[in-house]
Amino acid sequence: MSTGPAIRVKGITKSFKDVHVLRGVDFDVETGSIFALLGSNGAGKTTLVKILSTLQKADAGTATVYGVDVATNPGDVRESISLTGQFAAVDDVLTGRENLVLVAKLRHLKNPGTIADNLLARFSLTDAANRRGSTYSGGMRRRLDIAMSLIGNPAIIFLDEPTTGLDPEGRLEVWQTIKQLAGQGTTVLLTTQYLDEAEQLADRIAILHKGTIIQNGTLTELRQLLPATTVEYVEKQPSLEDIFLTLTGDTGDTDDDHADNNLPARKEIR
Amino acid sequence: MTTHVLDDTSVLTGRSLRHILRSPDTIITTVVTPVALMLLFVYVLGGAIHTGSSQSYVNYLLPGILLITIASGVAYTAYRLFLDLQGGIFERFASMPIARSSVLWAHVFTSVTANLVSVTVVIGVALIMGFRTGASIAAWLAIAGMLILFTLALTWLAVIAGLSAKTVDGASAFSYPLIFLPFISSAFVPTSSMPGPVAWFAENQPVTSIVNTIRALFAQQAVGSDVWIALAWLVGILVVAYAFAIAIYRRKIR
Repeated sequence: MSTGPAIRVKGITKSFKDVHVLRGVDFDVETGSIFALLGSNGAGKTTLVKILSTLQKADAGTATVYGVDVATNPGDVRESISLTGQFAAVDDVLTGRENLVLVAKLRHLKNPGTIADNLLARFSLTDAANRRGSTYSGGMRRRLDIAMSLIGNPAIIFLDEPTTGLDPEGRLEVWQTIKQLAGQGTTVLLTTQYLDEAEQLADRIAILHKGTIIQNGTLTELRQLLPATTVEYVEKQPSLEDIFLTLTGDTGDTDDDHADNNLPARKEIR
Repeated sequence: MTTHVLDDTSVLTGRSLRHILRSPDTIITTVVTPVALMLLFVYVLGGAIHTGSSQSYVNYLLPGILLITIASGVAYTAYRLFLDLQGGIFERFASMPIARSSVLWAHVFTSVTANLVSVTVVIGVALIMGFRTGASIAAWLAIAGMLILFTLALTWLAVIAGLSAKTVDGASAFSYPLIFLPFISSAFVPTSSMPGPVAWFAENQPVTSIVNTIRALFAQQAVGSDVWIALAWLVGILVVAYAFAIAIYRRKIR
C-alpha cells in the first residue's frame, strides 16, 4: 500500500450518447495529499468523481485506487473510499446523530453510538445532534455530510464541489475540515469551480477543461506558466467577503476558534 | 460483502420504518380513501346492490377495499425511493461497501409492514361497521398470506416506478390504475350483473380471483379454483416486476 499513488487515472473516456464528457483523462494522486480538480460547470468533474467512486463505468481507460481497478473490483474499492457528493446526502427525516449511526452500522463498525457522538463533537454538531436533518443550515448539513463520509476512516475521500451553495462562513468551516483531514493522512480528491478554493487547499491542482486535463501541477508550477510577475501598485480594496466576515464577527453556528482569525487573503479573479 | 445482506437490509429497513413512524400521515392518507369508499358503498349505495348472497354488504365489500388500501399504500414506496434517488443518499449507499440488493429490499419490507398496519386499521373500521367473520386462525393466516403476496407484487411494481420516474408525481401516478382495477371486478358487485365484454374483463383480471378467494376464506366457504388463479397471477406479477426492477436498478448503480 505504501508504494505507488493512492489514485491512478489513465486514459479515462466517457460519453453520454453523443456528448463526449471525458476525452482521455490522466492523473495520479499521491497518498495523503489534497488534489483539486478545477473546472467550470460541465467540464466533467462530477462524471469523473462518479467513475472513481464506482457509481459509473468509464467507456475506456482505467482507474485504480491503491492498485485496485474501480471497474473490475468495485466492492474492494468501496472499502477504502468515501464519497461526499454534490448534494449533501443527509437523511432529512433522521436526526444528525441517527444519520451518523446509520452509516456506522452500514460500515459494520462496533459502537456506532460512540462513533456518532465523537464525530458530532468534532464537527461542532453536538447541540444539534437530536434535531432532524431538515432543520440544519447549509453549512451544518455539509459538515454532517462530511462527518458521515469519515466514518470507518476511509483512506480516500472524494468531495464533489464541497462548498458550492455555502455562505462564506460555511465555506471556511469546510476548508478547515478538509485541511484537518489531510493533516491526518487522508487522501482528498476534491472538485471545485472556485479558484481560491483550489489555491487555499490543494497540494496539486489539475485543470479539467472540455474533458481533458490541460494542466496539472502545484500552485507554484502553475504560476510559472505565466510570464514573470511585474510589480504594479494597486490600491488594495478589501473584498466584500473580508468586509462581511469582519462585520459579522464569528462563524455563526459554530464555536470553532480557528475560523475567523486567519482569514485567507482573497485573490481577485479577473 | 454478501455475508452482510441481512444486517444491511435490517439497518436500512429500520431507517425507512422510522420515516413512517415520523410521518404517520402516510398511514392515514393510505386508509382515508378506502374507508371513505367503504362508508359510501355500505351506507349509500349498498342498499341498492344485490350481491346474491345472504351475507351483509360490508362482508361482501371488505376484500376489495383491502386491495384498494394496499394499491394506494404502495405508492409511498415509489415516492420514498424517488426521494432517495433525488437526494443523493442513494449514491452514498451505492459508494459504500454494503450489499447491493439491501437498498431495495429495505423499501420492500417497509412497504409490507406499513401496508399491514393500514390493512389492520381498515379491518378495524369494518368491524365497527358490522363486518363479522367466523374465520379460523388458519383462514386468517391464509388471508394475511394473500395480502402480503399482493403487497409484494405491487411493491415491486412501485420500485420500477420509483426508479424510473422523472418527477415526484410520476413516481406515484402508476398506482391510480391499480386503485381502479377493483371497481371492474367482483369487489363491489357480482360480475354477472355486468354487460358481456365488461364481465369478461372483470372475470379474467387478477383482482376478481383474489377478492373471491379472500371472501370465501372470511365466509368459511371452499375457495375452489379461484385460489390457484389468484396465486398464479400474484406470483407471475411478482416475478416479472422483480426481474424488471432489478434490471433497472443494475443499470442505475452498474
